[in-house]
Amino acid sequence: MIEFRSVTKTYPDGTVAVADFDLVVPPHRTTVLVGSSGSGKTTLLRMINRMVEPTSGTIEIDGTSVLDRDPVQLRRSIGYVLQNGGLLPHQRVIDNVTTVLRLTGTPKRAARERALEVLDVVGLDRSLAERYPSQLSGGQQQRVGVARALAADPNILLMDEPFGAVDPIVRAELQTETLRLQQELNKTVVFVTHDVDEAFLLGDQVVILQEGAHVAQIGSPSEIIENPASEFVASFIGVERGTRALHTKRTDRGTVLVDTAGRTQGVLVEGTA
Amino acid sequence: MTWVLDNLDLIGRLTVEHLRQSALPILLGLLVSVPAGWLAFRFRLTRGLLLTAVGLLYTIPSLALFALLPPLLGISFLSEVNLIIALTVYAVAIMTRFVADALGSVEPSVRQSAVAVGYGPWRRFWQVDLPLAGPVVLAGLRVTAVSTISLATVGILIGIDNLGYLFTNGYQRQIVAEVLAGVVAVVAVALLVDLLLVLVGRLLMPWTRRRAAT
Repeated sequence: MIEFRSVTKTYPDGTVAVADFDLVVPPHRTTVLVGSSGSGKTTLLRMINRMVEPTSGTIEIDGTSVLDRDPVQLRRSIGYVLQNGGLLPHQRVIDNVTTVLRLTGTPKRAARERALEVLDVVGLDRSLAERYPSQLSGGQQQRVGVARALAADPNILLMDEPFGAVDPIVRAELQTETLRLQQELNKTVVFVTHDVDEAFLLGDQVVILQEGAHVAQIGSPSEIIENPASEFVASFIGVERGTRALHTKRTDRGTVLVDTAGRTQGVLVEGTA
Repeated sequence: MTWVLDNLDLIGRLTVEHLRQSALPILLGLLVSVPAGWLAFRFRLTRGLLLTAVGLLYTIPSLALFALLPPLLGISFLSEVNLIIALTVYAVAIMTRFVADALGSVEPSVRQSAVAVGYGPWRRFWQVDLPLAGPVVLAGLRVTAVSTISLATVGILIGIDNLGYLFTNGYQRQIVAEVLAGVVAVVAVALLVDLLLVLVGRLLMPWTRRRAAT
């Protein structure tokens, strides 16, 4: 469990990135922080592994303040996935994946074995192990990034807009893959994105952030869509437009759902899901 | 041409001497400029100070430096040490800025990513920052090498024998072939060392080569 308690981050120039933020991130679930740029979502994420230090307040992991832990050791114990995978361009795929294992002194052979296993887990062919990141596609690089984060089997996985820079088809593929992985691995995942659809797809708990990391609403995707807490949330998630504002239309074969553009999006099936 | 053929062993001996006298300052220059360049890269205050200082160093004429170093360091004026230290000073003057720029050329996102996965500062410098700065450092090293090899010829003026001997001796004895042989030999040594550096760079930085292949 990760707990933010009255966390504030003010930069020297006076910018308030995060103001008095509280949040409980439940274990073995995916919590998605979603907001536009300037909402402080990435700052919040980076405070968990001390890449950013809070100006005041505490962040606790299983009851221990992160500020009491050595930052380098802390970071090694937490998986981190960055945009584009954030791979080290001068290291081969296998060396990128074994990074944390090498830093923590795992014997070379064992680290290599483990890295190859993790490549299987994220759905990458082992033959890619000896390549350099620049020789992989964007989607493959992203998978290597996930593999690197998983290699040391951390309890917590931080994902910083990981799929922001890949094309929509690959992104959809990676999102499905992330869901599958999470079902298998049950990590505590904190995921940052500006994409509401991605947030609702992946999140068990979704946190909608306004400027200064002000929490607009916390809840499951269903709770938020069914009952937006404010005008801001309603407009941010787009309940009045696109594929989230659906009308029923009767046809000879039953009721279908139509979006605001008039396109049929699905069939209404009676009963509970 | 006959002069060259008659004196091949002299040219060969001077070439080896020349290589030896240049190699040491190039290596020392690299060794000194890595920490100096890091200081210039890391802190704004030291950046201004260091880069101005090394910029000024480079403007000192070599003959003046030969005269200045002995009293400062307590070495003999007519000594190889004097030449090697002077050449090292120039090498540092060129390389420090290159190393600072090289470290600055490393993508901030890559550095961030290294921090995020748990590299400590020391390891990160040696295993991430410096290797990724490698291509620019190598570019600087190539400039330094060629410049040092060419500059080393002035050693003859403080009595150190190297390819510069062919210039003074050829001039005094009015043997044009000897002067030309000196020029050709210096250029050949410079090209050889440059080629060697490129090869070593490919060996040490295989990822730069692979990128070109895809």
